[in-house]
Formats: sequence, structure tokens, C-alpha cells
Amino acid sequence: MIEALNISKAFGEHLVLNDVSFRFETGKCNLIIGQSGSGKTVLMKCLVGLFEIDSGNVMYDERVFSRMSFDEMKVIRQELGMLFQGGALFDSMTVEENIVFPLSMFTSQSSEQKRDRANFCLSRVNLENVNKLYPSELSGGMKKRVAIARAIAMNPKYLFCDEPNSGLDPLTAIVIDNLISEITQEYNITTVINTHDMNSVIEIGDKIAYIHKGKLWWDGNKDSILHSDNPELNDFVFATELTRKLKQI
Amino acid sequence: MIRGFLFHIGRYTLLLRQVFKKPEKQSIYIRKILVEMDNLGLDSVGIVAFISTFMGAVLCIQMAFNIDTPFIPLYTIGFVTRQSVVLEFSPTIISLILAGKVGSRVASELGTMRVTEQIDAIEIIGINPATYLIFPKIVACVLINPILIILSMIMAILGGWLAGIFTGLVPTSEYVFGIKAFFDSYDIFYALVKTVVNAFLIVSISGYHGFYTQGGALEVGASSTKGVVHSSIAIIVFNLILTQLLLA
Repeated sequence: MIEALNISKAFGEHLVLNDVSFRFETGKCNLIIGQSGSGKTVLMKCLVGLFEIDSGNVMYDERVFSRMSFDEMKVIRQELGMLFQGGALFDSMTVEENIVFPLSMFTSQSSEQKRDRANFCLSRVNLENVNKLYPSELSGGMKKRVAIARAIAMNPKYLFCDEPNSGLDPLTAIVIDNLISEITQEYNITTVINTHDMNSVIEIGDKIAYIHKGKLWWDGNKDSILHSDNPELNDFVFATELTRKLKQI
Repeated sequence: MIRGFLFHIGRYTLLLRQVFKKPEKQSIYIRKILVEMDNLGLDSVGIVAFISTFMGAVLCIQMAFNIDTPFIPLYTIGFVTRQSVVLEFSPTIISLILAGKVGSRVASELGTMRVTEQIDAIEIIGINPATYLIFPKIVACVLINPILIILSMIMAILGGWLAGIFTGLVPTSEYVFGIKAFFDSYDIFYALVKTVVNAFLIVSISGYHGFYTQGGALEVGASSTKGVVHSSIAIIVFNLILTQLLLA
């Protein structure tokens, strides 16, 4: 479980996050949703320690992450996997090298064991025979899957996904969503997903935080979001003609 | 402007503190240093050899024309060519050329990694990205650049000899005598100290600009330019300081 407790973050004079508190539960897909510029990416980067928070705390299973030194954070970061928006695969490494990279750095596994682990992770994301390819040779969906495979290589307790569906067609997006959801339940991971894709919200939103103007504006789940009377949330959820028509039905 | 300068000096110092932290796994770093020696050093052998040969030739011809008097012996051409090459041309001018080649490569590589979140990914995995990415490059350049500079000295002296023969301005015996005349091994030490300092400046300054790139492709280009310009300025400034410290 990850807890954000009264987090505030400003860049210069601009307050991006204002006293945000939320509990991200284990074994569930916890979604952070909001318009572009609402502060959801900043919130995620604060949670993983890429941004230092101005006030508040981030707790990883009762451990105060936000007050740790870089070296102390390293321990928790080895329990953490992250899928970046663009995949963030290392260009100079093959797919297999990308996946075994954390294993090479932090374990004393043999080459054979690491290769087996890479093959297992790739099969888990439904990819085969791509071990020797470079990221530039992969499609957008394949890059995301390899990034997921790398994120789960170290058996993480916490999985962060920053806009996992951006740039993907609707069918591939659903495959990625379902994959994340399956992995979350199978390994009982605390998964935090940053998205503005309403399909993802309806598909896998076990717990949802709606961020608006840097504040936690609403929280609930995929069932309650469709029946909320929060006007700003409704503007966001029912932004398209299609969703407005569906609501009327 | 002064505030901005102090900000960059402070952040550069803090980055260097991160760079020289204990590496996570030494065997991986040794492999990375060897790869960087290949990328940053061996890749530059051709250009260093080419430029050095021609500069040595030019130095020799210029000297020959400037001492066109019977009162100065011909071996002076070889002597002055050697001194110019060892003291200044190879350690400083070749370092400036390497600042352009290696510096732009380091800054654009790190800048691209920053804007595509690859540096964030390294940090999330639990690895110190400054150590992992910059430390092997610094060590590689500090080790390989002295070899490049010695190669440059050899090629420049060779270039001068070839120019002397083909133009008929100085016979081999006089040139070789000049090359050997009044040789002081301290000059080589001085040149190599400058080379090591320059190698450190090139990679650390370019690495700093690449590491803190923000934005997209345009900013990566800007970081690359800043890396080259600032490391070149630092080389010139430290050249003066080191010359004063080591030769005065």
C-alpha cells in the first residue's frame, strides 16, 4: 500500500499540487485521472521520488519514503517497477538486455538465469522472439510491453504506469490495460496508473483519484464515477459526444 | 548573470559529488569504461592523426620561412616544431577538437536520454544515474586521451618531417637533430597533466549540460552546443592556470 499524505508541490510561484492525500491499495489498479496540466504526472513523480515534495509525506507500507536519503530510497526502488509514457527503453541495449539490466545490477544471477527470467517476462507480456531486437525496431505497443516486462523483471511490489495507453490504438490499449490488471492481481502488486483514457477508467479502475487544479477533487471507483454529481468530474468523464449519448441511455 | 553562473557552478559541483559515489556493481562499470574508451577514444584516432599530421607539416613550413637566415641553424625548425607540438598544439588544440567531437556526443547522448525519460528509468531502478552514465565516460577519457595526445605528438612531428623533406626546406639529419635537441621530459609531463585535466573538463561539463537537459530535440541541440562551448572555454582558462602553475 502507498499513501500520499497532504502532498504539496510548487514550481517557483506555481502551486502544482495542493494538499493531496490518497491511499493506493495493494492488489488493485489505482488510477490517477485528470486533464492535461492538472498535476497528475507531478503527483506520480512525487510518489516515486523523481520530484522532491515541498510538504507532506509519501509512505510505502508504513515506510516514510519522502524523508529518505537517495541511498535509502534505493532499497525501496528495487521493489518498484515503472512504465514510462514513451517506454523509456535504453536505445543502446537489446530487448533482452533492457529486461535483465536491473537483474545484472542488483542480483548475482548467472547469464542463464537472467535469460530465463527475460524469456518469462516477455512471455508474460505475450512477446516472443524479440530478445535480440533493439527498441528502434519495435512498434509502439511492443515497446510498452517490453517496458512492462522490464518493470516486472525484479518482481516489484509497486508498479507505476504513466499514461500506458498514450499513442496506442484502442485494441492495443485494451490489451495493455488488461495485461497491467492481470499482473496486478496475479502478483498482488500496488499499481498506480496515470491516465486520461476513459476506456482504461471503465476497464480497470478499481480505485480512482480525480485531480483537478492540483487538488484531489473526487475519489471513487469505475462504478461510482459514472454516477457522480461532481460537475468538474462530469465535464471530464463525459467530454465526448459518444459518452454524453451513453449517459443518456 | 553572476547569479546564473553561480547556480551552474553549484549544480555542477553537486553533480560531481553524485558522479564519484561508489558504483553499484564494479564489474558492470569496468565493462562500461572499456565500451566508452572505444566510443570516445578509439573513434577519434583517425581525426586526431589527420589533423596532427597536417598541423605538424604547417608548423614546419612556417618555421622554415620565418628563420630564413644563416645565423639560425636549420635544426631549430625541428626543435621549435617539437616544442610547439608538445607544449601547446597537442594537449590544448587537440583537446579543443576533442571537446567538439566528444563533448557534443556526450551532451547529446545524455540529453536524449533525459528527454526520453531513460535517465528517470535508471533512477527508478535504484541506480545512481550520474555515476552510471558519467563516471565511466570520465574515466575512459582520462585514460584514453593521453594516448591520443601522444599519438598526436608523434604524428605532428612526423608530419613536420615529411613536409621538410618534400619541400626541401630542411634535411632529415637537421630535423631529427632538432627534434632531439634540448629535450626535457618534464615537457611531456606538463602536456599530459594538461591533457588529463582537459579530458575531465570535456566530459564533466558536457555531461552536466546533457544530464540537466529539459524539453525536446531543440533543447538537446542547445545542450550539445553549450557543452562544447563551455568545455572549450574551461580548457582555455585552465590552460593558462596550469601553464602558470607548472612552467612558471
